[in-house]
Amino acid sequence: MNRVLILGATSPISRALALRFASDGARLYLAARDADEARRVAEDVSARSGVTALSGTFDASDFAAHDEFVRNAARDLGGLDGVVVCFGTLGDEDAAQIDPDMALATISQNFTGAVSLITLAARHLEQQRSGFIIVIGSVAGDRGRKKNYVYGSAKGALALFVQGLRGRLAESGVHVMTVILGTVDTRMTWGREGALLTIAPAKAADLIYAAYRKRAEVVYVPWFWRIIMGAVRLIPESRFKRLSF
Amino acid sequence: MTMTTTSAPNPRHDLLTGWGRYPLSESDIYRPDRIAELQAVVTANSSSLIARGLGRAYGDAALNDQNRVVDLTRLNRMLAFDATTGLLRCEAGVTTAELIDVFLPRGFFPPVTPGTRFVTLGGSVAADVHGKNHHRDSSLAAHVTWFDLMIASGEVLRCSREENSSLFWATVGGMGLTGVILELELRMRRVESAYLEGELIRVGNVDAAIEAFERTEAQYGYSVAWIDCNSGKRALGRSVLNLGNFAAIDRLPRDLAQNPLNTKPKLSPIVPFDFPGFALNSLSVRAFNAAIYAFHRGKPHTIFDWESFFYPLDSIRYWNRIYGKRGFVQYQCVWPLNESRAGLIEVLEAIARSRRGSFLTVLKKFGAQDGLLSFPMPGYTLALDFPVTDGLLEFLDTLDAMVLKRGGRVYLAKDARMSPETFRAMYPNLKNWQAAKSVADPNNRFSSSLSRRLGMTE
Repeated sequence: MNRVLILGATSPISRALALRFASDGARLYLAARDADEARRVAEDVSARSGVTALSGTFDASDFAAHDEFVRNAARDLGGLDGVVVCFGTLGDEDAAQIDPDMALATISQNFTGAVSLITLAARHLEQQRSGFIIVIGSVAGDRGRKKNYVYGSAKGALALFVQGLRGRLAESGVHVMTVILGTVDTRMTWGREGALLTIAPAKAADLIYAAYRKRAEVVYVPWFWRIIMGAVRLIPESRFKRLSF
Repeated sequence: MTMTTTSAPNPRHDLLTGWGRYPLSESDIYRPDRIAELQAVVTANSSSLIARGLGRAYGDAALNDQNRVVDLTRLNRMLAFDATTGLLRCEAGVTTAELIDVFLPRGFFPPVTPGTRFVTLGGSVAADVHGKNHHRDSSLAAHVTWFDLMIASGEVLRCSREENSSLFWATVGGMGLTGVILELELRMRRVESAYLEGELIRVGNVDAAIEAFERTEAQYGYSVAWIDCNSGKRALGRSVLNLGNFAAIDRLPRDLAQNPLNTKPKLSPIVPFDFPGFALNSLSVRAFNAAIYAFHRGKPHTIFDWESFFYPLDSIRYWNRIYGKRGFVQYQCVWPLNESRAGLIEVLEAIARSRRGSFLTVLKKFGAQDGLLSFPMPGYTLALDFPVTDGLLEFLDTLDAMVLKRGGRVYLAKDARMSPETFRAMYPNLKNWQAAKSVADPNNRFSSSLSRRLGMTE
């Protein structure tokens, strides 16, 4: 039976993904910064799936607490078979581009926090020579855009980190999947102009879960973003730097 | 709950309508996905705010033109269910459709459901919805043991018949004007199967319809009639009554009895065909109503699946769009029992004369009712829809006058055009309701296009 830790469980995508894992009988530990919200999500998953889900809190920026947190989650689950990393905040990107403290906060919430937790999870899975790590990234990490490069750089760095990890864990049989998400209908896109091609969180979760079942390495969700970002990457830098999108 | 300092999420500025697509409004819409965010929206400033679920109120109950709307659909977590008592604790954004999806396979059904399952529980309590079982089981509020209400200060109050009870009764049917319902406890109904057994009875006129309701009242828990409002004179009020009870397993044919809580299959539809693509005019409406009447040639006892019995219109997903851009107005009224026959005949004759055909007209007998602004009363209720055309609003004012003079009233969850004077006359408990509301919301932060139009806080 799959024992799965979901980091960032209060995001609508995580909620939907948790339900898919639970409907296949997975035992879940749902963790987020807000204890009450994490508990509500766990209760919801338990009520809907009939499989009891646990909940707990973690803080991406509280690096010192990560080791104990991962240990406790694994202990409460009776072991660990998989970790889903689905947390991060866009934050106030405009402020982050001017204020280094805010920029560093975005980086730690979206990149370094994830690095710390993934390293701990990877160690655990590598030792038992089985399991999976799913890391949810963003198309914003595929190229630095003037609109959201602080957030984008964190996601881009994360994708690179996970890419290397994939190589290291390949020979221990641990499946490492990078999800590059396009625009999903969440708080991040609500009210923002030009949020085209937005899909529902439940749809995103369906696509992520299907890719996980097929043991995909890197998946764009939905698939067409691979083509869009491929084209975006081809734009010469001298041209790209002037684009306002 | 943990109080973290969260800032309100960004709003989306957009146009909004009710289910009738009339009237149009424009608002800043917030859609929090955690409770701390909702609290930030409620307390952000003192401007007017109304909560919205899936927007199935027909008129302007979930609209707040030029003001703020908070969409509660993401706060839809189920929290705890006790299979021995049937008590479910869940957030207000949970929908009746989700209740059925999750719990019917386990042998439980919502205790009261309106004609669509795509409604949130919070909205359902705010409208104090009724269903085909009102004559026996009352409205939704009768099955709600408590709810948590977030008031304008951001504080959350537990409301029940014992605790904050005047706020409980002001919120039930209170159209969201006392605050935002966060969480509630609902007693689900235990059922042996996902099927109902019952009958379809054709009757030729109003008197025969009333007689059929009276005759079958004790026998059937669920009853409703589709009434052809386009036929006049001796056929005035000819209808098809749909009656049923949840079927015990031993009443099912063998193939269904083997999997009694299978929620998937749809058996024969009650609406005889998929909605036709032709434009709606009085001829096609008459044809449709005539077809329904002809289709049901008094079948003997029948087994219905839950979806066909309760939600024939849900399968025509966006049936509200068949009227096109102009939209339509739903009119639902109720008369006290002793005035119902005369009231029905009077209104049906007026409609037949006006040649303003209603696409689907529903007749039902109600039982007793609580709630300060709740709509039902013991008597008969009629629900109709009319396309928005010239002279409609004046015509509906004449219907209001007919209903009012007989001591009846109009349903706020469907209203888009009633006058403040008519409203005040139809809802004698308004002053008591206003008193309870002003305790929880002294600065009238929770208001809507509906409340302003009807002068509900004046």
